[in-house]
Amino acid sequence: MLKRHISKVLLLLVYIYLYTPIFILIGNSFNASKYGLKWNGFTTKWYELLWNNDTLLQAAFNSITIAVFASSIAVAIGTLGAVALFKHQFKGKKFISGLLFVVMMSPDIVMAISLLALFIILGLELGFVTLLISHITFCIPFVVITVYSRLSNFDNAILEAGKDLGATEATIFKRIILPIAKPAIIASWLLSFTLSLDDVIVSSFVTGPSFEVLPLKIYSMVKVGVSPEVNALATMMILISISFVIAAALINKSDKSV
Amino acid sequence: MLNKNQNSIIRLANAKKSFDNKVIINDLTLDIYDGEFVTILGPSGCGKTTVLRVLAGLETLDSGDIYLDDKCITQVPAEKRNTNTVFQGYALFPHMTVFENIAFGLRMQKIPEPEIKQRVNEMLAIVKLTDFKDRQPAQLSGGQQQRVAIARAVVNQPKVLLLDESLSALDYKLRKEMQNELKMLQRKLNITFIFVTHDQEEALTMSDRIIVMNNGSVEQIGTPREIYETPTNLFVAKFIGEINIFPAVIDSHIDEDKYLANVHGCQYTISTDLTLEKNQSVNILLRPEDLRIKELDDKATSVQITGHIIERNYKGMTLDSVIRLDSGERVQISEFFDEDDPDFDHSLGQKVAVSWVESWEVILTNE
Repeated sequence: MLKRHISKVLLLLVYIYLYTPIFILIGNSFNASKYGLKWNGFTTKWYELLWNNDTLLQAAFNSITIAVFASSIAVAIGTLGAVALFKHQFKGKKFISGLLFVVMMSPDIVMAISLLALFIILGLELGFVTLLISHITFCIPFVVITVYSRLSNFDNAILEAGKDLGATEATIFKRIILPIAKPAIIASWLLSFTLSLDDVIVSSFVTGPSFEVLPLKIYSMVKVGVSPEVNALATMMILISISFVIAAALINKSDKSV
Repeated sequence: MLNKNQNSIIRLANAKKSFDNKVIINDLTLDIYDGEFVTILGPSGCGKTTVLRVLAGLETLDSGDIYLDDKCITQVPAEKRNTNTVFQGYALFPHMTVFENIAFGLRMQKIPEPEIKQRVNEMLAIVKLTDFKDRQPAQLSGGQQQRVAIARAVVNQPKVLLLDESLSALDYKLRKEMQNELKMLQRKLNITFIFVTHDQEEALTMSDRIIVMNNGSVEQIGTPREIYETPTNLFVAKFIGEINIFPAVIDSHIDEDKYLANVHGCQYTISTDLTLEKNQSVNILLRPEDLRIKELDDKATSVQITGHIIERNYKGMTLDSVIRLDSGERVQISEFFDEDDPDFDHSLGQKVAVSWVESWEVILTNE
C-alpha cells in the first residue's frame, strides 16, 4: 500500500520537474510584470507586442518556410533511399544503413562545421540556400530510418507479387509501397519539421545575416534578458508542438489496422 | 494419364544459372505439358525454387531459353508473362482487402470494372471466401490467406500456375485438406500447375508427374509410381520413401532378364532390363513393404540372409521392424497386419530369414 503511494509521489515529482519550467514560461507570458519575478496581474499585451514585432514574425516565417521545404525534400529523398534498401539485397547493405546512424548520432557541432567548410569550398553565399541544404542533410537519416523500419515489417516478396501480377515498377511504387509506407512518411515529415524548426547549432553556422531564423533570433534576444514577448512566442510554439504530437498519435492509431 | 503427344506448354532448354560462381541450375532441359500437375521435388538448395522463379521471370537465366506455348519468353519480364505465382509466404498486399488483393492482377490488365467484379466474385466462391472479401489479410487464418494467394493468381487465368512451397506453412491437417483442394481446383480450371516442394509425400499425392532435382540437375522425371517403384538412381531411391539397399555381385546369367546374384553369401534370382556381366557389382533396392521375413529357430540355418529383429514399431496399419543382418547392416521392413492372425507380432531378438517378392526388386549398377 505504502509502496504504491511512494511510486505515485515519485512519478508526480518527475512530472513536476519536467513541466515546472514550461508552466513558469506560460505563466510569465500572461504576467504583466516585465521581469517575471512576481505576479502583477493578467495581461495579453506581450502577445500584442509579439504580433507587432515585424522582425520576430519575419524570423518565424523564415523558420517555417525552411522547415516546410527541408522536411518535404528530405522526405522525398529519404523515402526513395528507404525503398531502395527495402527492395534490394546487396553487399554492404548493413554498412550503408550504419552510415545513416553515424550522421544521425554525430554531434550537431561537427555537422555544422563540416557543412560550413563545404559551403566555403563551393563558394556559396550563406543564406537561404545553404540553410536549406543543411537542414535537408540532417533530416534525411531520420526519414530513411523511420520509413525503412516501417517497410521492413513486410515481406518484400509483395513487390515480386506485384510484378508477377503485371504491375510496372511505377505502379508497384504507387499502389503498394507508398500506401504501406504512408504512416511512416507522415511521421518522418513531422519529425523533420520539428528538427528543422528548433535547430540552433547548425543554423548558426550556415546562415547569414540575410536570412534570420527564429531560434537564432530568440537566442540573440535573450542575451540581453528574457523578453516577455519571447515567452509569448514560446507558448505559441508549445501549442504547435502539442498539436503535432496529437497528430502523430492519431496517425499511428489509424495505422494499427494494417 | 499422361499423353506424350500433349503440347508442351513450358519448355526449358539448356537453362543455366549461377549466383556468386555457385551453380544453381546446371544445364536443365525439360518439358511440361498442357494441363498437367507437375511437382519439382528436391532437398533444399537443389535449385527447385530458382527454376520456378526463372519461369516466373523473377530471375534471369545466364544462358538457355524458356518457351511458353512455343514462344520464346526468355527476355520477357515477369509483369508481361502469362504465368502467375503463389508465393511461399503468400505475399498478400497487407493494405488491401481480400477483394482488392484478388482484383489486383485484373486491374493491371485494365479489365472493365463490371467484369473484374464478376470474375473476383466467382473466384471468391471457388475458394469459399465470399464472406471474407472485405477483410484484410491480417484478419485471416493461414489457410484462408493461402486460398486468397491462390485466388489472386488463378483469377488472371494464367497458362501456368507456379506454386512455391505453398503448403509448407500450414499445419498437417490443413495441409492435407489443401492438397485435395488444389488437386480439385487444378482439374476444374485445367491450368498447368508447377508445384515446388521438398515434401515427398505431398509430391506423390498431388502430381501427375514428378521432377526430382538435386544439385541443379534433374535426377529423374516420371509419374509418382515410376519414381517410387523404379527409381533410376540411388539419389532418387533414397530421397523418395524408405529404401533398403543390398550390395550384390552377379554370379551368372540365367536367361533373358534373369540373373543369379550373390548377396552376403546367399544366392537370389534377380530380374532387370540392364545387361550385366559376371562379377559385376550391383545394388539391389527394396522398399520396406516389399521385403518378407520368416521367423527361424536360433539354431536353424537358412539359404537366405539372416538377421535379428532389434526394433519393432506399431504403426496402426503396418508393423515396422528393423533387422540387423548378420553382416551388420540394418534393413527396414514394413508388414501389413493379417486380419486372420490377431497375434501377429515379433519379439525383439527373434532370428529371421529375409527375402522379397520376386521381381519387385530394382537393380542399379554401381555408379
